[in-house]
Amino acid sequence: METLFHSVILDKDRCVGCINCIKRCPTGAIRVRDGKANIISERCIDCAECIRICPHKAKQSRYDSLDILKKFDYTVALPPPSLYAQFNNITDKSILIEGLKAVGFDDVYEVATAAEYISAATRVFMNSTGAEFPVISNACPAVVRLIALRYPGLIPNLLPMLTPVELAGKLAKKLAVEKTGLPPERIGCIFISPCPAKVTANHSPIGLEHRVVDGSVAVKEIYPALLREMSAIGSVSGEVSALAVPPGRVGIGWGESGGESAALFSTEKYLAADGIENVIGVLEDIESKRYRGLEFVELNACPGGCVGGVLQVENPYIAKAKLNRLAKRLPENRVRLDAEVTAVVNVERTVSYDPAMELGGNAQENYERYIQLQEILAGLPGIDCGSCGAPTCEAFAEDIVKGKAIRENCVVIMREKMEQMLDAFYNHSVEKGGCDKNDNC
Amino acid sequence: MAGGAIRFHYDVSGSEFSLAGTASADVKAQLKKMGVPSDAIRRAAIALYEGEINLVIHAGGGAIDVDMAPGVINMAITDEGPGIPDIDLAMSEGYSSASDEVRNLGFGAGMGLPNMKKYTDSFDIQSQVGKGTSITMSVRY
Ligand SMILES: Nc1ncnc2c1ncn2[C@@H]1O[C@H](COP(=O)(O)OP(=O)(O)O)[C@@H](O)[C@H]1O
Ligand code: SF4
Ligand code: SF4
Ligand SMILES: [Mg+2]
Repeated sequence: METLFHSVILDKDRCVGCINCIKRCPTGAIRVRDGKANIISERCIDCAECIRICPHKAKQSRYDSLDILKKFDYTVALPPPSLYAQFNNITDKSILIEGLKAVGFDDVYEVATAAEYISAATRVFMNSTGAEFPVISNACPAVVRLIALRYPGLIPNLLPMLTPVELAGKLAKKLAVEKTGLPPERIGCIFISPCPAKVTANHSPIGLEHRVVDGSVAVKEIYPALLREMSAIGSVSGEVSALAVPPGRVGIGWGESGGESAALFSTEKYLAADGIENVIGVLEDIESKRYRGLEFVELNACPGGCVGGVLQVENPYIAKAKLNRLAKRLPENRVRLDAEVTAVVNVERTVSYDPAMELGGNAQENYERYIQLQEILAGLPGIDCGSCGAPTCEAFAEDIVKGKAIRENCVVIMREKMEQMLDAFYNHSVEKGGCDKNDNC
Repeated sequence: MAGGAIRFHYDVSGSEFSLAGTASADVKAQLKKMGVPSDAIRRAAIALYEGEINLVIHAGGGAIDVDMAPGVINMAITDEGPGIPDIDLAMSEGYSSASDEVRNLGFGAGMGLPNMKKYTDSFDIQSQVGKGTSITMSVRY
């Protein structure tokens, strides 16, 4: 089987096999085997729920170190709007842009600017005949992966565009080539990531042929250096030079849940849900057509939206307040969607159904295994204790059907077996004049 | 599980509104596990959900029976509620006898029965006033 790239990984040395994480995973992708919580790669959506819950910091995220800057002759930082909310009293973004340059980047392209372009393009798309209502945002890669795995019927509803990060990567590369005259491969466009899902998506974009962002560093890792540089700079006067037009309120708003849908202006028929449980609830309902007249759905796997990513440093709710304070001072919208950007935004994106949740390899096998699963399940205790290493008795039955576990991994079944064996043993010894199991001789 | 068919039975309570939709959600989850194509799942889920809601709102509860064999999902929704006096009228798009109270909850758009028919491959409804209603429908794939 093809091994997928995932940023979420297990640090085996730290894992104590406590099973806290297995029940929290929305795709049932974790099994404790030999005392360690392994991730089933095909099912992981990099949502980071396991990172949030693990009391031992054994679930972690990979990302690029700042050393990646050395690989290129010219580098462009792609800061997401949620990054502005990690700092106190940031009423002027110029200082952050200068800070990024001081940390080692040659240039900056704000992802919020790209987001603002996408809001404009989405408004156009919503009025076109091609839109499948409700249109579902594709900005959160964990959500897109979840849809590909569990809600394939909703794939046609996904917004058929680049995401803000991808668009920023593409536009920044083009502008940097023009500015420096360097070949594209010598220019590194590096995202400052709030979450593992975006690290993964930049490495292996969903439904795109080539990657467009050259690397992803974590907010929490760049934060100390950035803060130091920003403090040293103190204040900046006037507009600073950056590759992109600075964003307005619309672009900044994307940093939190509700920002993308609020930017649609024209429709009140939208919904924004955040937190993976809520996202699943909404997807289930849309799949069964429970909301009539809904036109746009914004979904973020992290609580509060990108401000709630596990690679951030600030509390998501405080971050929201800070983001709103910054946005208030800005004009609503600063970009103008031209033909050139439109052509870049609207890509051929082929998200396809991922059968990793299926029981077998084809319809017949699925069906037969399903029947087997029901029979096995009927013989299990049904208490979902997790001691077998699977999140539920049903998931355990599935593992048995797939040949990845045996019934005796169930501690309840094992105990019954032991008791039977003990009874048989003592009955035998009492017959021979020995003691029974209560020491009656 | 005789004869290779898989059967599910759900008793739907007429008094707990918060539970409305759980039977259809469970059937949907089972169909997914079985690897049934998503379009068929979606159609069955829509039809069952509407039927389940009608049990709760109009019939004071009832039962849902689903059996699944490769290629077909058969669904039966039965109740011993008030019955439907004029089936043709009930089947017409937009007709609802729901109270304003229920409509305010977002139900009672009068599209339930028409959608059950529209999204399934076969649909049959029998009803007798004072006795109850019985709907059988199937989705093929
Ligand atoms: N199980 C049932 N028992 C009694 N009456 C029903 C039942 N199902 C539907 N009806 C009647 O048929 C009408 C139309 O049903 P439906 O199309 O689902 O619309 P709605 O539920 O929105 O009213 C209902 O308003 C109700 O009067
Ligand atoms: S929560 Fe999961 S990863 Fe963390 S120690 Fe427990 S079993 Fe291991
Ligand atoms: S990142 Fe999410 S999907 Fe992946 S193993 Fe952790 S909880 Fe499961
Ligand atoms: Mg109805």
